[in-house]
Amino acid sequence: MPLPPLPAEAIAIGIHVDDWRGAVTAAGDALERSGATAPEYTQRMIAVIEEFGAYVVIAPGLALAHARPGPDVHSEGLSIVTLADPVAFGHPHNDPVSVVLGLAVTSSDEHVLLVAELANVFNDPHVIPSLAAATDVDAIRSLLGVQAATTEEPS
Amino acid sequence: MKIVALCGVGVGTSAILKINAERALARLDIEAEVTATDIAGVSTVGADAQVILTSSELVGSIGKTNADIVVIDNYFDVDELAAKLETALG
Repeated sequence: MPLPPLPAEAIAIGIHVDDWRGAVTAAGDALERSGATAPEYTQRMIAVIEEFGAYVVIAPGLALAHARPGPDVHSEGLSIVTLADPVAFGHPHNDPVSVVLGLAVTSSDEHVLLVAELANVFNDPHVIPSLAAATDVDAIRSLLGVQAATTEEPS
Repeated sequence: MKIVALCGVGVGTSAILKINAERALARLDIEAEVTATDIAGVSTVGADAQVILTSSELVGSIGKTNADIVVIDNYFDVDELAAKLETALG
């Protein structure tokens, strides 16, 4: 099962942030723009890291920002942000982070297929540096194996 | 045999860890049940587990356990998972 379509609003490339909060906020903003979440969800993603530390940096250079399901999640969603200058999250092995995925799910069960596909994509160790170096949304989508949202496709 | 994949909130990262741990176990030809959970649930879910897989950031939050705590650096690296699981279970 491929990942769901990724609208352009959910992708931000080469953005400038000061620190990990800025990076997570950018991933949350992208989720909001795509319609998946409300601003409160972005704050909850930051709170997870404040509470539990930088464990969301699950591979070298990659953070998976997320929080529990909640009323601030309108629909399941994924966003991706690449950083012009990598930032430290405080992880002992995987810093600095250059790619941030934002993940929002509506229930603890429904996200399993989506996450399984993420695992398939990122089992290839070349994907993270390639995403970090990508300069347009088509390259990002190609690396993730996703399509454009149907509304963006030519008829 | 029971293995727990632990993350802070029980969605997302622990699910990725679970999926790749299952791939590593299949490669090692070891039969085990892998359960994803969060910090709040680890004391109950992990009570009869042999191994708890998690991030170095979360080790201090686990509390008392008889399970082996195995720290995974790269959740997508099935080679790392297989090597560390083989050591813990061997």
